[in-house]
Amino acid sequence: MPDYDDYLARIYEVLKPFTKQGLLLNEDSELVTELGLTSLQVMELIEQIEDYFDICVPLNILPDIRTVRDLAEQLEKLDA
Amino acid sequence: MSLFDKFQPLIDIRAELEALGVMPFGAVTEKLLSATEGIVNGHRVILAGTNNYLGLTFEPECIAAARQALEEQGTGTTGSRMANGTFADHLRLEQELAAFFDRRHAIVFSTGYAATMGMSSTLAGPGDVIVMDADSHASLYDGVRLSGADIIRFRHNDPDDLAKRLRRLGERTENCLIITEGMFSMLGDQAPLAEIAAVKREYGGMLLVDEAHSLGMLGEHGRGVAERDGVEKDVDFVVGTFSKSLGAIGGYCVSNHPQLEAVRFATRSYIFTASPSPSVIASTRAALRILQRRPELRERLWDNARRLYDGLKALGFQLSPEPSPVVAVTIEDRHQAIAWWNELLQHGAYVNLVMPPASPGDYALLRCSVSAAHTPDQIDHILAAFERLPG
Repeated sequence: MPDYDDYLARIYEVLKPFTKQGLLLNEDSELVTELGLTSLQVMELIEQIEDYFDICVPLNILPDIRTVRDLAEQLEKLDA
Repeated sequence: MSLFDKFQPLIDIRAELEALGVMPFGAVTEKLLSATEGIVNGHRVILAGTNNYLGLTFEPECIAAARQALEEQGTGTTGSRMANGTFADHLRLEQELAAFFDRRHAIVFSTGYAATMGMSSTLAGPGDVIVMDADSHASLYDGVRLSGADIIRFRHNDPDDLAKRLRRLGERTENCLIITEGMFSMLGDQAPLAEIAAVKREYGGMLLVDEAHSLGMLGEHGRGVAERDGVEKDVDFVVGTFSKSLGAIGGYCVSNHPQLEAVRFATRSYIFTASPSPSVIASTRAALRILQRRPELRERLWDNARRLYDGLKALGFQLSPEPSPVVAVTIEDRHQAIAWWNELLQHGAYVNLVMPPASPGDYALLRCSVSAAHTPDQIDHILAAFERLPG
C-alpha cells in the first residue's frame, strides 16, 4: 500500500508541467495561489493520481487541499 | 478583506461588458411576438436560445387550461406539498407522468432545479458513493455536494472510465448512485446510455438520468435517450423539467421503485418550498397531452435542428459533435464570442452566450436551441445572421 512519500513523489511528478522555471516544488507549495492551477486542473491532476495508484479519490477532499502536503495527507487518509 | 472580495472576477467581467455596451447575461425580452420571435434588448429577433423545443409556450390549449385553472384555483397554492399545497391536479399530473414514462411512481417538483438537486442530494447519503459524469449540470453538482456521499466523477460520456471507477469501488457499488444526463445542455451531445446501462448491470449500483433536454425529442414516445436506446429498465430514476419542451416551469422524478414515495418525504427541495401554481400544472398537463398526440412536432424539431446544424457547418463554424436541437458554436476567444453575440442580436438572432465555467472546457459557446415552431425561413434567417459575422 502506498504511503505518504509515494503519494508525494507522484504529486511532484504530475505537477511538473505546472512548475514555472526557477520555482522549486516543496510540500508547502500552494496548488492554486502559487502554481496557478484552476479547479479543473486540480481535478485533472487528481485523475492522473487515481489512474497511477488505481484508486478512487472523492471530490469531497478538495476543500481541505491547499498545498502539496494537504493533498498527500488526504490521499494517505483514504487508505486508512 | 471583505465578503465581496470573492466576487471581484464577476465585477470585473460585468464592468468589461458594460464598457463594451453589451449585456448578454440577463438580456431583457421586452416583448414576445410569438414562441419564436420577440424584442430583446431593443432588437427584433428570431429566438434561437430559449429551449422552447416543441414551441408550446403560446399553444392555445395550454393557455386555455392555464386560464381556467387560474380562475378556478387562484394564482398560487401558498404552501408546501406536505402541508396545504397538494391540489388534486398535482396528483393528476403525477399519475399522467407515471403513465407517460410507463413507471409506477412520480413526484412533481416546483422547478427542474428542485427536482435534480433534490433527488441527487437525497438518494445517496453519508457512507454512500455517487459516480457522476464530469459534465453534469450545476444542479446535480449542487445536489451531490449536499448529499454527504463520496463524490467521484467519470470522464464525460466515457463508459470505460465509469467501469474503471466502479471496479475500483469494489463492494461499495452496492451503495452507489450513478448520475448522467440524456442530452447534455450545453453541446447537445447524448450519453451512450446503452453502454452505461451495461456497465451498471456488470458492476451494480443505481442509475439516475436527467432527461431535461431530451423529453419530447427522442424515443418512440418522446421519453428521451433511455427510451431511444432501449434501456429504460436499467434507469432507476428519470428526472427532468417542465420548463423546456413542456413550456412551463417545474420538475419531476419518475421511478418503478416503491421507495420513491418515502424519498418524497425526505427531499428538502420538495418539502420546504411552495408547490407549483395551479395554472402551471394545468398548462404542463395540456403540453404533455400535446407531446403525446402530435409526434410530428418532434419530426419538425429535428428537421429544423439538422437545417441549422448543416447550415452552420457549411459556413465553417466549429460545432458540437452531432446534430441536435442544441447547436453550439465553439469560440476559443471569449472577447470574440461576446462581440459575435452582440452582432447576432443586431442582425436579428438571439442565441445564448455561454462562458466558462458554465461551458465545458476553457472555451466560450454561442449556444443555439431550435424549436419545432421555427419555420425553415426563420432557421435561414438565423444562418444569415451567422454568415454576416466578420471572420
